[in-house]
This record gives sequence, C-alpha cells and structure tokens, in this order.
Amino acid sequence: MTELTLPASIADAEPVRSIRTPARLDYIYTAPLATTEFLTNIEQKRIIGSRCPKCSKVYVPIRGVCPTDAVPMTERVEVADTGVVTTFCVVNVQFYGQAVEVPYVCATVLLDGADMGLFGMVAGMPAADVRMGLRVKAKWADEPSKSLASIDYWEPTGEPDAEYDTYKHYL
Amino acid sequence: MRDVAIVAFAQCDQERRVEDRSDVEMLSPVIQDVYAQTGMTAADFGFVCSGSTDYLAGQAFSFVLTLDSVGPWPPIAESHVEMDGAWAMYEAWVKIQTGAIDSALIYAYGKSSPGDLRAVLSRQMDPYYVAPLWADSVALAALQAQSVLDAGIETERDWAEIAVRNRTNAESNPRALLRGSPDADTLLNDDFVVNPLRRHACPPITDGAAAIVIAAGDKAKELSDRPAWIRGLDHRIDAQSLGVRDLTVSASTTKAAAKAGVADKPVDFAELHAPFAHQEGILRRAMGLDDSVDINPSGGALAANAMMTAGLIRLGEAATRITNGDGDRAVAHATSGACLQQNLVCVLEGE
Repeated sequence: MTELTLPASIADAEPVRSIRTPARLDYIYTAPLATTEFLTNIEQKRIIGSRCPKCSKVYVPIRGVCPTDAVPMTERVEVADTGVVTTFCVVNVQFYGQAVEVPYVCATVLLDGADMGLFGMVAGMPAADVRMGLRVKAKWADEPSKSLASIDYWEPTGEPDAEYDTYKHYL
Repeated sequence: MRDVAIVAFAQCDQERRVEDRSDVEMLSPVIQDVYAQTGMTAADFGFVCSGSTDYLAGQAFSFVLTLDSVGPWPPIAESHVEMDGAWAMYEAWVKIQTGAIDSALIYAYGKSSPGDLRAVLSRQMDPYYVAPLWADSVALAALQAQSVLDAGIETERDWAEIAVRNRTNAESNPRALLRGSPDADTLLNDDFVVNPLRRHACPPITDGAAAIVIAAGDKAKELSDRPAWIRGLDHRIDAQSLGVRDLTVSASTTKAAAKAGVADKPVDFAELHAPFAHQEGILRRAMGLDDSVDINPSGGALAANAMMTAGLIRLGEAATRITNGDGDRAVAHATSGACLQQNLVCVLEGE
C-alpha cells in the first residue's frame, strides 16, 4: 500500500484502512386485496386460486392480474390440498438463520386443479426418496393462520406416482 | 434524427398509500389505458422500458415482477432503469433513433408508503462519505434551500407562493394528491420539517404509476391526431459530491436545456419536476424560462411526487396539453437524485 505523507496537524492520527457502514431499512407491507383473500382462506384450510378469463389458467396463490395476458383475474377457484412434486431440491448445506435441520427437501407442488406450482417443503419420508411425480398432500398446522406457514409441509399420499406427461408442461 | 412523438399517456390516481393493490395491480389499469388509447398490446411495441427502484419495494428484482402488468408473453424486448421513468423514455427514444424500432411503451411506478422514504433515499448517496451519515432527502434539500436564502435569491414567502400556485393549478388535475392550498400567509405558519423547509415547501409522499407511448414518424401520426413531437431531449449530471457544487444553480439543467434547444423559440408552458418549492426557481433560471411561461399547469411534483414516476408524468402532462391544443411548444423536465443532481430536459412541439 502507498505510504501517505500526512500534514503535521494530523501526523499522529491512525490511518483508516477500512470502514464498516452497516445499513438497515424497515418496511411495513400490507397484503393487497387478492393476497388477503388467499390468506383468509388458508386460515380455513382452503386453497384458493384465480382463473384467467383469457388463457383459463388457474394461479395459486390468487393474483390480481394474469402474468401472461395482463388482464384482471376476478374468477376464484378452490383447488385441492393434494398435488404432484414437479421439481425439488435436497438441501444439505447449513447456513446462517436456517430454521430446519438438514437434510430437508424444498419442492414445487402442482396442486390438483392449479396451473401454477406452489413452493414448499416435502417431509414425512426420507429425503433421498423424494422424486418428481410424487403424490403429496398438505400437512396442515395445528393452528392455521393467515400465512403460508399454515401448511407445515407436504407429505406423501402413498398413491402411485403421476406420469411425467401429466405435469411436463409445468416444469 | 428521426421525428419521434409522445402519442399516449396514462396515470393512476396518485395516492398517499396504495395498500389494497400490489405494484402489478396498481400499474395494470394504467398499462391497459395506454393499450386502449393506441389499440396496441405488448407484442405490438418494438421495445418496453420501465423506471422504478427496488429500494422502495424493499425487494430484489421487484421490477421483474411488475412486467406481469404488461403481458410479456410471447417474450418481449424490454429493459429497466433504476431511475425515474423519464430516463426509460430516453433509452427508448435512443433505440428508436437507431432505426431498430418504431414504437415503445414506457412505464414507471413507485410506492413509497411501505418504507421510511427519507431513509430509503439516503441510500442513493455515495457509500463512503454521505450515506453513512444517513443524510436524508429533506435534510439535503434544506441544505440547498438555505444556500438559496443565504445568496438572497429567494425568500420563504416566494416558496410559499410557489406552493400555493402549484397546488391551486392541481385543482384541475383529478389525478393529483394535493389539490388546492391555503394562502401563503397561512402556509408560513407551518412548522419546519427541516429548517428552512416548512411542510408546504416539501412534496407529498406519494404512491403512483404512469405510462406513455412514443412512436416515430408515420406511426406517430397514425396513433394521434396531434402527436407531441420530441424536438429536443438531453440529460446531464452534476458532480456526485455535494461539496463541490454551487447548490443555488443547476449547471446540468442549463447544459441539458441548451442541448435540447429550449431557447430556440418561445415556450408556452413548462412542466418542471421540482419536488421542493425552492427548486422550481433554480430550474426556471437554469433554463432561462421567464415569467411569460406558464409553470406546472398540472400542479407539478408539489401536488404529487411518486418516486421514479413524477418525472415521466411531467413528460406525459406536457404532451397531453400539446395534443389537446393548449399550447404549441412546451418544456418537460425530470430530476433524479439529491438536490437536483441529474436532470433531463425535453422540448415538445405540436407541429
């Protein structure tokens, strides 16, 4: 590092080699009306989606606008609390703030009646046995709330696996 | 240069808090509005460009989510600026100048209400010397206002009168947040937010969204009976360090205005993005706009100041007035950053 020649008045000052400037911003979010409708139903163990009037796809959670066609979605559709694991990831790496012990499985679950996968955890079985096409159902929390945490995790139903062709368009 | 014009403009009601709708749901009706005005949808535009900032949403890549409001399927050519949507229009205008495309959709949105806006805006300052001090947006504007007072250029009463005029103009703008104002004497009894800026001299914290469509030549004539032609467009930046700037002037605005040709012909009216009352005079003097020019017929940023959006609204408001025949030549201006750090100047003409 280049040596600095300091003015006499600050010759005794300790040179600054680095600075730390921590920053934190707090936000207060309010769930929009569409999201509120979804969360209010989740508390009743009901999973509600919205259907696009143009492409007929059912989005879960409810969205106000179809992300493909950009039109408002006003029709509501109740979907099942059962579905298919389309993609998944076994987490073996521990990181700061992790809430669950490794290994655990994160997955996208395509609910029966929905056209959009829902993100969640698959448990109730060895992580190594989780696979694409696995049939799962919601393990509801003992005390559901207005939160996706109302579903503890997705557990296997024991049904035969879904054929790849039935979910290949949702990957 | 290709002739390019603003041919459509829409905005939602600018509100203090939009809590019932997500960013996408706030933006969606605005996009649908310009689609209806032009008879075009996502696939018909050569380019889509947006202006917003993730710091307002407190969420990384929030601007990608809001593409949902456009209907980006089949895939579209799009881009984003972490600035006011006026700069998104600049990017689209450059793309039209290259000859690659003939039309573009530009939109901007910002919800300030979820966070502490003054703290959020402090994060745009340089990360070594200013940001660690958490110098917030109103404090920095007050520093600028104080130097205007010290130089004897304007008085607090001047600012009160500017606030009254802008918010009185906003009475004819149903989209504005603050419409109408008590008189200057009453306003001068306001408490200071940060000395010497009283409440009336500051912009209202606003949630809102806006969109415009620009098009070249024949396409513009096809889309509008009287397109607002962009005759000059330029943007410039002042030094990053506030300490090396004379805060009573705006050198970057003067340069942008000269490049855009503001002084070439008389100006009928101007839409100036001056969030704080003392900034209107700085901008007016920087561009050489005299008292004959009608300033902010829409009410300006003192009546509604959605972050990343209020600059694009200035362009849209000026263009709408040109299209409606309320004038033949207008100046629209947008700013970004602290103390008018970055400035964009656009000259619009009806013929």
